Amino acid sequence: MLNAIQSMLRPAGVQAERIEALWWIMFWVTATVTVVVLAYLGAALWRGSTRAAPQVEVTSDRRLHIGVALATGLSIVILFALLLSSIVTGRAMAGQRDDTAMVVEVIGYQWWWNVEYQHPDPSQRVRTANELHLPRGRTVAIKLLSNDVIHSFWVPALHGKLDLIPGHSTVLWLRPDAPGVYRGQCAEYCGLQHAHMAFTVIVEESDAFERWLQAQRRTAPPPPSQLAQRGQEIVQSGPCAMCHTVRGTAAGARTGPDLTHVATRSTLAAGTLPNSHDNLMAWIADPQRIKPGSYMPTIALPPQDRQAVVAYLETLK
Amino acid sequence: VTEERPREARLSAKQVEVETAILDKTWAPARGLAGFFSEVDHKRIGIRFIVTALAFFAAGGVLAMLMRIQLAVPENRFLSPDQYNQIFSMHGTTMMFLFAVPVMEGLGVYFVPLMIGARTIALPRLVAFGYWMFLAGGLFLYTSFFLNIGPDNGWFSYVPLAGPEFAPGKRADVWAQLITFTEVASLVGAVAIIVTIFKYRTPGMTLDRMPVFVWAELVTNFMIIFAMPAVMLASTALILDRLVGTHLFNQAEGGDPILWQHLFWFFGHPEVYLIFLPAQGMMSTLIQSFSSRPIVGYTALVTSLVATGFIGFGLWVHHMFATGLPQVGQSFFTAASIMIAIPSGVQIFCWIATIWSGKVKWATPMLYAVGYFVIFVIGGMTGVMLASVPLDLQVHDTFFVVAHFHYVLIGGAVFPLFGALHYWFPKMSGRMLDERLGRIEFATLFVGFNLTFFPMHQLGLDGMPRRIYTYLPGLGWETLNLAATLGAALMGVAILLFALNVIRALRAGHLAAANPWNASTLEWAASSPPRAYNFHPLRTIASRDPLWRDTPDTPLIVGLRADKRQVLVTRVLDAAPDHRPISPDSSPWPFVTAVATTGMFIGSIFTPWAVVWGSIPVTAALVMWFWPKDEHEHDDEEVQPELPGERASTEKVA
Repeated sequence: MLNAIQSMLRPAGVQAERIEALWWIMFWVTATVTVVVLAYLGAALWRGSTRAAPQVEVTSDRRLHIGVALATGLSIVILFALLLSSIVTGRAMAGQRDDTAMVVEVIGYQWWWNVEYQHPDPSQRVRTANELHLPRGRTVAIKLLSNDVIHSFWVPALHGKLDLIPGHSTVLWLRPDAPGVYRGQCAEYCGLQHAHMAFTVIVEESDAFERWLQAQRRTAPPPPSQLAQRGQEIVQSGPCAMCHTVRGTAAGARTGPDLTHVATRSTLAAGTLPNSHDNLMAWIADPQRIKPGSYMPTIALPPQDRQAVVAYLETLK
Repeated sequence: VTEERPREARLSAKQVEVETAILDKTWAPARGLAGFFSEVDHKRIGIRFIVTALAFFAAGGVLAMLMRIQLAVPENRFLSPDQYNQIFSMHGTTMMFLFAVPVMEGLGVYFVPLMIGARTIALPRLVAFGYWMFLAGGLFLYTSFFLNIGPDNGWFSYVPLAGPEFAPGKRADVWAQLITFTEVASLVGAVAIIVTIFKYRTPGMTLDRMPVFVWAELVTNFMIIFAMPAVMLASTALILDRLVGTHLFNQAEGGDPILWQHLFWFFGHPEVYLIFLPAQGMMSTLIQSFSSRPIVGYTALVTSLVATGFIGFGLWVHHMFATGLPQVGQSFFTAASIMIAIPSGVQIFCWIATIWSGKVKWATPMLYAVGYFVIFVIGGMTGVMLASVPLDLQVHDTFFVVAHFHYVLIGGAVFPLFGALHYWFPKMSGRMLDERLGRIEFATLFVGFNLTFFPMHQLGLDGMPRRIYTYLPGLGWETLNLAATLGAALMGVAILLFALNVIRALRAGHLAAANPWNASTLEWAASSPPRAYNFHPLRTIASRDPLWRDTPDTPLIVGLRADKRQVLVTRVLDAAPDHRPISPDSSPWPFVTAVATTGMFIGSIFTPWAVVWGSIPVTAALVMWFWPKDEHEHDDEEVQPELPGERASTEKVA
């Protein structure tokens, strides 16, 4: 629990903070009610156990009826107060919308996240995968769509979840307030690899964010070494290019995640593995062992070709 | 119309003896293997329902254990993702459709006629048919599972994941067809129980004298009638999309996946109350019997049951808060979801008041009732939290929800159920369960349950989603998951202890008296176990608690033929005698019809033409079932042979 990067009780944004506040109201009120009810039960059991004679003939239950009525009345008052606190929180969160907000479109795929930073100029749009960078303190509209089945976008530190539904478009409004790295995960059962459909959210200061965005807009750098050169050729001419894009090269398919700056990302396979040399080798060697059922097939590349591909991918910064 | 109530009738001991001998013959169960499949005795069918449902409970429990083993440590490779997904789908489907609803229905089938003083259940062959459909559905599901075509889209089968594009093969069809089986079984059972409650109550049992459990069964079965058609529509539409090529849920062709969720949850939420309400009725029964006094607030309890039945239909959308609803809709369903806490609260307050003013007898059933309070109150509180849209958006589809609904379903239904099984076991078997073993079993279950599910609240708050077959280390979920797995093992031990207790009692338990708990309701007036015809002589009642309050001179019923399965039908509101039809006797045709229907349902997974061809044997079986016999089965005008000294005490209403 110390390392709770996916906890709703460690809010890092205004929406999550409001929900956390509501949680504590609800928690203390309901905990108190539970204790009081169970205390009454305990007292009743004590009285009932120590009584001498059976009570088959009861003359009047009037006092008991009054007790039940009072308890019911009190419950209604408490429930109404909780209802109000919930509605107030809901309205406050609805008030966080901002029409000038930055728009990030997230499309759910089985089992990864396609992320696109919108821009009026199409050439300025940025496409990446499984990782969101957000500027601190700015309201962002996350536009949610699905490519296949229903998924659910959830970053507990920033907000509650919202479903990505085919044929529907939903918008989640976020305002992250604390810089840091947070984890999100798909929350709607979406098939075999629902467990491995996570993503990373990096909240940073505005200037760092803008630098990142600028870097992402660039096409892939040319391969610096011969090995990487060889890797690029394999990526372009081999099966990789059937699904993936590396902007600035011939690889331009959109079925799988955009790999143009894959080396800058912190995880592989939608939050399944940390992005390291060994993991990248293992992932390319046999994705079906690491993420069984994933749409990335196991492709029998000779070891030296695999080395070359990994060498190339590691230059995609 | 005469308003006549049964007058006092004198029955000599000799006469009772003679009639008992004739009744034994008239109501004798059919013999042999053919007889086994022709059974219509509501008690035997009720026990079959209960035993079969408990067997599925055990199967569902084994599946749960497998899931807990898989989740005990991060990145476990004990189960493959495909196995895990099938197992959690089977677990949910089993527990909801093959355990919880049928076991509640089985107890209704067994005890409702006894509690209202009737000879038998109304429409007994229909009930038998319902049982065979339920059994066939369950066997079909598990056979599919072992053939590796078990459902893998959860017990909710959301489209498009369960639609034709993303669920090739037959798995989703198996699920949808299982739903059809259980729909048929529940609907026919519901009709029979409602008719029984309305028309078979013994004279004197006006609506306001019905035991609370009977009220709970009445409300529940009405809910079945209103909820089931929604899921019937949904599962049929799913099958049409998958097999016929319609596009009801395909957004690309003008359909809508959200439509599925509305239809499913319009059934799926009331479904929870189909499980919960009978359990509430059991709680009222247990609290009254073990507090040795009439229940406090009978009217309030009954009103709460009815209110829950209505409100239960108004909150299905709280399962869909994360789909992005308009603000107004959210507030409405939040309010409705919070409101349903009120009738539950009223019932809990009434029970505490009963205990408060009663004399508590400590026995295993009462322990389970106390367990209910602790667990269900916590589950109810998290339910209020889930009703709040902002909070729900965080904890929806996490282990917090898993914790919540196991607290309400195990605490709110399984604990009362186990209490009721201990309470009614002597009546059903004629033997007492062991009290000491019962207490150990309760303590193990209570500790195991809380160890399993309490940590899940924290896991949900820490961000662990549901329905994941594994998780990464380092997210802070390891310790609590391990604790939950240990708790699950403890629960398994408790269930084994219960099974041991039952087996030991059946073999060598103390013989049970007719009314071992000194309870007040009519089922305890019958012998333990009851005769095939339940009671003789049949008695009328003059109060809500006949075995506590009725005087010995409360009239008995005479004038029913002993040489035929004649039953007394009374009027809905005041239970005044109405007429005397003959109840159907054993018949193989319900079983044959169920087999034919099963063939049609299973065939329709493979080709829509199976519905056409399969309906022929179904029709043939139904024709045989309803073939008029050369008996005056429905001739209740017949003059009764007067036994010496008998006066017909039940006037036929013109």
